[in-house]
Amino acid sequence: MALLQISEPGLSTAPHQHRLAAGIDLGTTHSLVATVRSGEPQVLEDELGHALLPSAVRYCSDEAPHVGYSALNMQDKDPTNTIVSVKRLMGRVLADVNEAAELPYALLDAPGMVRLATVSGDKSPVEVSAEILKALRERAEKSMGGELTGVVITVPAYFDDAQRQATKDAAKLAGLHVLRLINEPTAAAIAYGLDQAAEGTFAVYDLGGGTFDFSLLKLSRGVFEVLATSGNGHLGGDDFDQRVYGWILQHANIAAPTAGDMRTLLVAARRAKELLSKQDSAPIQAVLSDGTAVDLTLEYSTFDTLTADLLQKTLISCRKALKDAALAVEDLNGVVLVGGATRMRTLRREVTQFFGRQPLTNLDPDKVVALGASIQANILAGNRGADDLLLLDVTPLSLGIETMGGLTEKIIPRNTTLPVTRAQDFTTFKDGQTAMSIHVLQGERELVGDCRSLGRFELRGIPPMVAGAARIRITFQVDADGLLSVTAREQSTGVETQIVVKPSYGLGDDEIARMLQESYQLAEADKHARMLQEAITEARRLLESVKAAMDTDADLLDDAEQVEINAFMQHLFNAMAAGGTDDIKKHMDALNNGTRDFASRRMNRSISQALTGQTVDSIAA
Amino acid sequence: MAITLTEKAADRVGKFLAQRGKGVGLRLGVKTSGCSGMAYVLEFVDSTEPEDLTFESFGVKVIVDPKSLTFIDGTELDFVREGLNEGFKFNNPNVKDACGCGESFNV
Repeated sequence: MALLQISEPGLSTAPHQHRLAAGIDLGTTHSLVATVRSGEPQVLEDELGHALLPSAVRYCSDEAPHVGYSALNMQDKDPTNTIVSVKRLMGRVLADVNEAAELPYALLDAPGMVRLATVSGDKSPVEVSAEILKALRERAEKSMGGELTGVVITVPAYFDDAQRQATKDAAKLAGLHVLRLINEPTAAAIAYGLDQAAEGTFAVYDLGGGTFDFSLLKLSRGVFEVLATSGNGHLGGDDFDQRVYGWILQHANIAAPTAGDMRTLLVAARRAKELLSKQDSAPIQAVLSDGTAVDLTLEYSTFDTLTADLLQKTLISCRKALKDAALAVEDLNGVVLVGGATRMRTLRREVTQFFGRQPLTNLDPDKVVALGASIQANILAGNRGADDLLLLDVTPLSLGIETMGGLTEKIIPRNTTLPVTRAQDFTTFKDGQTAMSIHVLQGERELVGDCRSLGRFELRGIPPMVAGAARIRITFQVDADGLLSVTAREQSTGVETQIVVKPSYGLGDDEIARMLQESYQLAEADKHARMLQEAITEARRLLESVKAAMDTDADLLDDAEQVEINAFMQHLFNAMAAGGTDDIKKHMDALNNGTRDFASRRMNRSISQALTGQTVDSIAA
Repeated sequence: MAITLTEKAADRVGKFLAQRGKGVGLRLGVKTSGCSGMAYVLEFVDSTEPEDLTFESFGVKVIVDPKSLTFIDGTELDFVREGLNEGFKFNNPNVKDACGCGESFNV
């Protein structure tokens, strides 16, 4: 018979209606899947007892792709078809991939996202990730005895919309229903139950195999807000192995190791590093391909010296994030360690010293993100009572559209909790305008050129009206996963167009940090630029309407008046070219005053035209 | 007759309860649903009802409502591993036939 798990009081499921939910940590080097069983979050292991699944996929010409250890083991023999660290390519175009030259793959430039040429055809990073997710799904369904209802997948806090969408697409391709994407540091904080506190500020220090991410989270009313992120995309536990490897080469007098020797020694280096987390010295023994025996002992203190600068690099990132968030270490309520490399004793010592407190380490640092995701998945699938707060995320950068004159109008400000819907009304700029181009932007700056373009679309079929009469409602909706859809609707006719923003390429964490930083530093300059742009736009609109009036009703002006108005217009035009906000305003006032008579004459004419042929009765009625 | 837990099951339940941080025991019961008439209920207990019956196995309190007891009296609850899957299994002597998956049953 089927095996049962214990439910919360009153939440037993009907037969065949189990809400099986899992949390997935889709990592750069390793991936994991976890679930909550009888109230306990646990990572699911494969048949051999491995909790970690290497994020490696090997494509073969005549059979289904291999995923995990079997793929990783073939990396040396078949490097072009064995894809590792595909997470670095998610949602990226070729131009974004800095390390393209170092990667052994045949990368192809394709619209939207880079592709990889393999023996079984061109694959997108989404397809490669889907293979990893499929393997995890299979493991979860075998372990849980049924089909998964939904999953929560974790992504780095700095992932932008393109990268998040790519992750969701991969899940869809793997046949998984994504309940929500959550940020990795947030998942780690949940695993430690930090979301149960009323509020607080927490640091998450995540040193994985090849990446370092540091995040500052602020919890208030059950919502985690990412205050700042920093890190290094190319610093991880593997770099520590490399240092030990270099030390071995030096002390064993190995000049030119073969590829096989290199692998043997790297494994030995890694083992020594791991031993030093528990003891004060580690033996390094290996036999090389030419029969030479390596027999060394690595002291803890030597390891410490070899790797000190790597640790310092991580701490510099921590300092940077703290500075960005204007926080001191004393402001923190806790520090969470994530990633296998944080087991190193030297690291724990340095981190403890830097933050002036013991970090939280009682959960397995490899598993903590997956565990947190499983807790969230369990809540979202409805297996917990209603008193549990649903955790929400926030928008990392403001979202808005371009308005006349290259200005950004923010519709959803940064740090708004998700999901959110906001609408704002806009209007036409020109008489008889029947279409409107909507340019969706992300960023904190005032001018369009300084923000990031997420997409453009056009609303057509606006009925011709005078400028400013049309009412166009632009609605921004960001779902719980941080994905944006924008709708434009002309209110009188109901014509509507919409896009779901799947930006063609993304922003790195550094770039988000830079954009935020600049928005603070350049706030004053931006304000002036905005005022100038607004004045120019206003002036242009005025010139446009005066010109239109003169074209239709020139006969209401005598020659002298025409010359005078033309002169006012010329002055304003010159002021716009010169670019002084105050000057433009002054000349706009002058033109306004100079055309007042003309305007009232036009008014009289249009009223008398409207009244011609009408009786007093029909007007009064 | 009574309801019992195997030592292994009691051990797991005790662990889950400790991790949960609250709860007085484990509720076993049945409800009418499923493809063969009845389905098992297996829940943590935060508060008991006056009519509830309490059994104890290896230090774990097992709580059953009297109506359910008639269907599951004599049941032994076990904790087993089947391949990658693990969970609780009802060994219920009253069952006449179960649906293919065993999640619902008839007495």
